[in-house]
Amino acid sequence: MDYIIEMLNITKEFPGIKANDDVTLQLKKGEIHALLGENGAGKSTLMSVLFGLYQPEKGEIKVRGKKVQIDSPNDANELGIGMVHQHFKLVHNFTVAENIILGFEDTTYGFLEFDEPIQKIKELSNQYSLKVDVNSLISNISVGQQQRVEILKMLYRDAEILIFDEPTAVLTPQEIEEIMGIMKELAAEGKSIVLITHKLKEIKQVADRCSVLRKGKYIGTVDVADTSVEKMAEMMVGREVSFEIDKEAATPKETVLQVKNLSVFNELLQKDDVTDISFEVKKGEILCIGGIEGNGQTQLVEAITGLIEPSNGEIILNGEDITHNSIRKRNIAGVSHIPEDRHKYGLVLDYSLEKNLIFQTYFTPKFQKNGFLKFDAIRDNAKRLIKQFDIRSGKGATTMARSMSGGNQQKAIVAREIDRDTELLIAVQPTRGLDVGAIEYIHKQLIEQRDNDKAILLISLELEEVMNLSDRIIVMYEGENVGEFDPEKVTENELGLYMAGSKKKE
Amino acid sequence: MLAKLRLLTQKNLIGLITSFILFISIFILPGLLPAALIPALLGFIGLIGFGYLGYKTYLFLKENPEFKPSESTTLIKVSGSVIAIIAGLLFGLLMMLIVNPGQAFQGIVTIVSGGFRSIQAMGNMIYFSVPIILTGLSVAFAFRTGLFNIGATGQLTMGAFTAVFIGVRWGVLGEVSPTLHWIVALLGGAVAGAIWGAIPGLLKAYRNVHEVVATIMLNYVAMYLNTLLITNYIYNSDYARAMDIKTTAATPKWNLDLLFPRSSIGAGIVIALIVVIILHIILNKTTFGYELKSVGFNRDASKYAGMNSKRNLVYSMLISGAVAGLAGALMFLNLGKHLKPVNVLIPEGFTGIAIALLGLTSPIGVLLAGLFYGSLQQGGYFLQLLDYKPEIIDIIIAVIIYASALGLFLQKFVINTLKAREMQLERSKQNEALEGSDDE
Repeated sequence: MDYIIEMLNITKEFPGIKANDDVTLQLKKGEIHALLGENGAGKSTLMSVLFGLYQPEKGEIKVRGKKVQIDSPNDANELGIGMVHQHFKLVHNFTVAENIILGFEDTTYGFLEFDEPIQKIKELSNQYSLKVDVNSLISNISVGQQQRVEILKMLYRDAEILIFDEPTAVLTPQEIEEIMGIMKELAAEGKSIVLITHKLKEIKQVADRCSVLRKGKYIGTVDVADTSVEKMAEMMVGREVSFEIDKEAATPKETVLQVKNLSVFNELLQKDDVTDISFEVKKGEILCIGGIEGNGQTQLVEAITGLIEPSNGEIILNGEDITHNSIRKRNIAGVSHIPEDRHKYGLVLDYSLEKNLIFQTYFTPKFQKNGFLKFDAIRDNAKRLIKQFDIRSGKGATTMARSMSGGNQQKAIVAREIDRDTELLIAVQPTRGLDVGAIEYIHKQLIEQRDNDKAILLISLELEEVMNLSDRIIVMYEGENVGEFDPEKVTENELGLYMAGSKKKE
Repeated sequence: MLAKLRLLTQKNLIGLITSFILFISIFILPGLLPAALIPALLGFIGLIGFGYLGYKTYLFLKENPEFKPSESTTLIKVSGSVIAIIAGLLFGLLMMLIVNPGQAFQGIVTIVSGGFRSIQAMGNMIYFSVPIILTGLSVAFAFRTGLFNIGATGQLTMGAFTAVFIGVRWGVLGEVSPTLHWIVALLGGAVAGAIWGAIPGLLKAYRNVHEVVATIMLNYVAMYLNTLLITNYIYNSDYARAMDIKTTAATPKWNLDLLFPRSSIGAGIVIALIVVIILHIILNKTTFGYELKSVGFNRDASKYAGMNSKRNLVYSMLISGAVAGLAGALMFLNLGKHLKPVNVLIPEGFTGIAIALLGLTSPIGVLLAGLFYGSLQQGGYFLQLLDYKPEIIDIIIAVIIYASALGLFLQKFVINTLKAREMQLERSKQNEALEGSDDE
């Protein structure tokens, strides 16, 4: 069997860590090959090596049987290798067509040629049913459409080998279905695809073969059709993974958080982001707020945690009105918050891990005396949390947060917030972008906290997570509470209808 | 308390002894020894100082046997600055080759040897570097909080005027105690600078006025205000400058003039060193510094953590301004130095920006960068003995700043070189091991 790409015995080191250790990847022509691994397993590094962004210390790359040296993405393009990055590389105030031809422009006498390229783009988009309006601005089209533009960009450059880096991370369920179909079609046309992911369901759905990496090491390659999801998960994590969430029925006790008629006004858009929401969270239960992204959940949480001022309503914590309290006062009163955006709010990336782990407690007597930080206590605290929550990093407590993998950054935040041991824990998409091992772990932690009589407010976009974890569900649509449900008595489909706004409880 | 003190003493006994010896030899011995022995004393001080540094390095390497230079961010950043300095000097050489090829190499040697040509030059180098170090610290401190303080000049001017005013008018203090007069003048300068720095801080925190705009504007306000205040209150119309300060208000010498004979050196450098240490401690050891840096790195996250970023912002500008004000006070609390009612921005404030960047915005880095600048200035002074203009020094400084702006690139270069060397070492070790096994 001929391989179109062979990456043989690749080793790539970074300070303190071997990102790829003797990894081999062989891609057949016309197949969809999944590259599976936890966060920080070295998937992205391996693909960056193939795409010319990094130079490996050891190993060789063969394309179509010939040994090649890939020094830059330009070399990769010339070899017919294209990549759709997880975060798209598009110019927002350019049109679709301009973005596609960017870097590959045809000119006559120095003037840009548009007619022929647009013709070619249209042909390509018909051939692969990648529907997109070539004249719209990128800023005006949806994320799913932007992804199609990225794919067209590769096809326009006649790429034969397509790398998709976590293509479904930012898409809605319908868009995910679509992209899966597109990938199958591309493979049927003879393109070879590498799919980087940690979502097993998707691999099962589209991939032919699957190579697994774990902590930088190559574990093996399997035929997807003959391998169970459980087996693949085990290969990835190194132990058996349970997909079922074991939890006892909740035993809610007294109310911790009470939100009354809360509204948040958006000055920029001159409309309410959150309209007249009321609910309460009790000790020993997980209340989940479901909904599609951008329906006011972010603003609701920001109002509760004090990051923005509500325009109306009351927030009551343990019987005390905290609506106008400072964030510091709320933190002390007992609010923990796993934020949605871990780089914007959750971490100071230029601080070491140990300093990030005392982010809201540095001023307590445990970590300071007379205004001086107690470095020994800080180090001990970090060591304890690293051990307890299995946070992995190159240099332990002194690792810069910036150089940690996304999953471990998230683990650090979860560790810090849970360790603060407050009565209310607000978790906003705590498992976004994490692999099964980490998701399982965080879910377990949340349930354990619930069983320890904490009140947990969970905001999640993933229906599965909503259904599995919560004891009660509230669905938000366009800033309003459109219904409250018992997860035992409602189906995913029904919830979906409420989330999409086509149904509403009176 | 006593037990703690004992523990601290045991932990760093050698450090304590070293500081004690240095203190005695710098501030006491010069007054007792005959002048002929001073150079020997200087040599002794140098020996003790460098000996201690060497001892610390040895301890560090002993405690961290796995230390790899390519993984030390500090080392890499510093080497970036060093490369920038070399680039600047090479460019200076090129300039001199074009202007006057005959003396170019002699010229570059003059520049590099700069402040180390003679004991007198060394004293002057330290004297001239004091305001630069302080303005550098001022800019660097604000920078750490994510603020770009272009207004060090204005804060320095206000500090200078206030200090001189107190020096001229509050002579009564000098009759109580000469030290008191000097200290009040110095503190007055710091307070005036602090107020001048707090204004843009407040504007930024509560009215969202960008600090760059506010500080630049306040530079001009300070400049004209300075002219106005001098001519109104402390004008010496015979010389068209501010009046002489009372001798009690002048910076004391603390025997440093005996250590560096015939130079202008005074207690200023001691003040600057104290400020370096205080700022270093604030930034690295206190919760206040933890907050300040956190706000500088990531304002959103600091808000999330419940830090009062507005208050921190004002404090940061306040401290930054106080340090710049101190620079102004130390510049003009010298006999024979006079504030003039001329509408010119005092350049030391802007040089501070360059020094802050060259010193990687760390207090200790700024100290070294400031001394280096003082040395270059002395080099420029001696350059006039040859057929060159001292402005070449300014060009060199400019190139160094440009080159350090390329820091990231330079750092990458350093990392790669170091790594290549380390791998080579490892390989040769492995080979040795292999050869060893062959012998068996």
